Amino acid sequence: MAVTKLFGAKVKRREDPRLIAGKATYTDDVKLTGLLHAAIVRSPHAHARIVGVDVSAARQTPGVVAVFTGADLVGKVGPLPCAWLIPNSDLKTPPHPAIATDRVRYVGDAVAVVVAQDRYSARDGADRVKVEYEPLPVVTGAEEAAQPTAPLLHDQVPQNVAFRWKVTGGDTASAFSQADAVITQRFVNQRLIPNPMETRGAVADFSPNTGELTLWVTSQNPHIHRVILSGVLGVPEHHLRVISPEVGGGFGSKIFVYPDEAIVAFCSKELGRPVKWVEDRRENYLVTAHGRDHTTDVELAVRRDGTLLGLRGRTYANLGAYLSTAAPGVPTILHGLMLSGAYTLPAVDYEVVGVLTNTAPVDAYRGAGRPEATFIIERLMDLAAQELGIDPLEIRRRNFIRKEQFPHTVVTGITYDSGDYEQAMDMALRMLDYPAWRERQRRGPTDGKLIGIGACTYVEICGLGPSPVAGAVGFQGGLWGSAVIRVHPTGKVNVFIGEKPHGQGEETTFAQVVSDELGVPIDDVQVIYGDTAITPMGWGTYGSRTTPVGAAACVVASRKIIEKGRKIAAHMLEAPERDIQFENGRFFVEGAPARAKTFQEVTLQAYLAWNLPAGMEPGLEASAFYDPPNFTYPFGTHLCTVEVDTETGRVEITNYIAVDDCGRAINPLIVDGQVHGGITQGMAQALFEAAVYDEQGQLVTGTMMDYAVPKASQVPLYVTARTETPSPHHPLGVKGVGETGTIASTAAVVNAVVDALRPLGIRHLDMPLTGNRVWDAIRQARTKTQGVKP
Amino acid sequence: MKHAITVTVNGVTHQHEVEPRLLLVHYLREVLGLTGTHIGCDTTSCGACTILFNGLTAKSCNLLAVQANGATILTVEGLAQDGRLHPIQEAFWEEHGLQCGFCTPGMMISALQILARNPDPSEAEIRHGLDGNLCRCTGYQHIVNSVQNAARRLKAEAVPAIPVAATAQSAGGKGGR
Repeated sequence: MAVTKLFGAKVKRREDPRLIAGKATYTDDVKLTGLLHAAIVRSPHAHARIVGVDVSAARQTPGVVAVFTGADLVGKVGPLPCAWLIPNSDLKTPPHPAIATDRVRYVGDAVAVVVAQDRYSARDGADRVKVEYEPLPVVTGAEEAAQPTAPLLHDQVPQNVAFRWKVTGGDTASAFSQADAVITQRFVNQRLIPNPMETRGAVADFSPNTGELTLWVTSQNPHIHRVILSGVLGVPEHHLRVISPEVGGGFGSKIFVYPDEAIVAFCSKELGRPVKWVEDRRENYLVTAHGRDHTTDVELAVRRDGTLLGLRGRTYANLGAYLSTAAPGVPTILHGLMLSGAYTLPAVDYEVVGVLTNTAPVDAYRGAGRPEATFIIERLMDLAAQELGIDPLEIRRRNFIRKEQFPHTVVTGITYDSGDYEQAMDMALRMLDYPAWRERQRRGPTDGKLIGIGACTYVEICGLGPSPVAGAVGFQGGLWGSAVIRVHPTGKVNVFIGEKPHGQGEETTFAQVVSDELGVPIDDVQVIYGDTAITPMGWGTYGSRTTPVGAAACVVASRKIIEKGRKIAAHMLEAPERDIQFENGRFFVEGAPARAKTFQEVTLQAYLAWNLPAGMEPGLEASAFYDPPNFTYPFGTHLCTVEVDTETGRVEITNYIAVDDCGRAINPLIVDGQVHGGITQGMAQALFEAAVYDEQGQLVTGTMMDYAVPKASQVPLYVTARTETPSPHHPLGVKGVGETGTIASTAAVVNAVVDALRPLGIRHLDMPLTGNRVWDAIRQARTKTQGVKP
Repeated sequence: MKHAITVTVNGVTHQHEVEPRLLLVHYLREVLGLTGTHIGCDTTSCGACTILFNGLTAKSCNLLAVQANGATILTVEGLAQDGRLHPIQEAFWEEHGLQCGFCTPGMMISALQILARNPDPSEAEIRHGLDGNLCRCTGYQHIVNSVQNAARRLKAEAVPAIPVAATAQSAGGKGGR
């Protein structure tokens, strides 16, 4: 058993030297001889018939090499597939052409592509493409689009309803008939724009001589891009190399296979030259998948003592104009199955209606379905507490799944692996000094500022996941992790992984894990990823899965290395294999520690192969494909306090405490970074961000000037702490942590603001809680309760 | 018609003929090959393209290359000297001030200006000073820690935040104010 040395250590990131020097290679930094640049012509209409496309002026633009329209792609570029076909839902998957031929369905839908010598000429050419449109009626809201009279987007999808999906468990009718109180509320989880700082891009390089296509693309999962684009482009998988170089954030939006990537590859195939396309921010807002956009009507049945009895409701999920790669699974599997949160909930009856509208496609964005579910149950807990006159933390405590009940199968059918929810809550309450803050709140406002205290006691499903479950829920892929560990003759180690970190730091944390397992210095280990030609097949980085499944694969592969090393060492030491121990990088004979061979000596012998056990193959490398037995379920309590200025409606977060339990933490500094960033994105949904379309389907929040990504001065200081409840099924006891902050913080912040406004008779407000919205609510509440004119 | 420009970047003087519409950031990235300066938006909101222009921060996506004629520019590639990282780089590394790294070059350059103006800034002053630079990964806390760390390092080493080479006296050019 190797002595643990680096597990749990704040190791400085090995990614950073190239990043802080400006020497990293992002997709837009890729330069190739003879490189051409593409600009995509996009529809300014949300819904229109294409009458004609005139590219003659564009073709004559100086520098322009070629112009292609949808007709040029017919028979050469297939439709983009949806890859999460949820069962029992009557799912309809209308075709999604890379370039529209007859009809555009959202602002940003591609209608032509211009390829030129440089990006300025490409843009000049794009400006000269003349498209004649016949505008059609537009619908942007999911509920409106599902009405019988709504304009139809796709002939194959009656009433624009792509699916109806249900989750049921327990006896909801009886739960509601026994209830002392029923809490009813409509919740809007507004549409968000993911906003990785690097926009998307692709560089395609097709060799007409060999038929090989190399595609650099901003991808969280290069192997998924390879398998899907192989089908779309008709380039066989072994001739398609996908390289995802340095990626500047994704937050889900770089999971999906987009039209643009297929278009660039097509251009390179047609022209026999490399072609680059890089999205500008305006395009990113228009066409890169958005997140959330749920409208939910829900009821919660409770007993007088706060005991939860049942939940029923319906969500309209806006899917945008076409089904993006994973779109159907996000508001269903990743959402509906988590509705009971951290609580014992005996009955649920919940429907999700997935609706197509004249807006950008919606798919997974950090948290992906789980923040929406957490928001619903955590807001309902506060509303129930208020209704019943119970403290909001106390009602949570009364309903928690208790630590001795794990593993615990909840009403929706999934099994939480481990948890100790009270411990995390108690730690957070102590850190805040909760009673003191309640007392301060009772004393009333100071300086016209109302104090609010908000909690969220979340649990999430992550570490996606066991492949048989992926299959059962219609995910068109496996969900295991992979690692190939190649030990070189000098004892240095390369670890090739199938996941694709893009900021999460696994180049460091996986090196920590392998260094510990093999007993070699961390500087002797390098982790390599992002190139389908050299890394093992893998399913990529999303769903807080990279560490749960990928680190486990690293452990399993490392242990195979040590097993082979043990056989070689036994042979070299002329001792029975069962007597060989391995510790701190040394193989030695039990009871005679001086009879030893170092890891490096054994490695060298494996490659020299002068003296190996009979029948043993030379070399020292191992691979592992780790399919986890279950998901992991991190949890925790986030508490925040806010001050609401009643004169301006401005909300200020005065304390934010996050107690998270992600099992054992490999690198606490990196865990803190994940938690901080996650909280900020969830908090931004609560207070600042919303993607807004007008009635014509124009994106009103179409630039960074209009969409409020939080700035440094708008973000509070976070105080983090952790409890540690290992995942019982993971070889290292770790759980995922990439999304916990986002899942927890939205509800915590909104609960705090509504708590502050409660004395005014305000029971709920829809996000984002901007100063204007809060001020309006305060004004209306005062008018109502005091008869004061605003 | 192309225009001749002379620009000193990271201590090296370059002469090129450029189109009048060429953005400075494209000049740096595509003509000079200095791809450490990134492009994150088209509205000067994100700050990924921030450089030092005659000693002051400027968003190079909103300047034309011709405006840099005669200017002295420092980009992220010019921070390390003689194979040694600049204290701001050491600080971002030590404090986990970056995740995906895309905003980092601009973020570090803006931090240098904060520290040049105030060697001992408060947390609030740092946050205010970074408001022109967006980060989607970190929630800013580790970035603030990094700037504080850099302040300590600069004080201990008694060196100016902005390398002297970035503030040449002969500076010309019309941008960056």
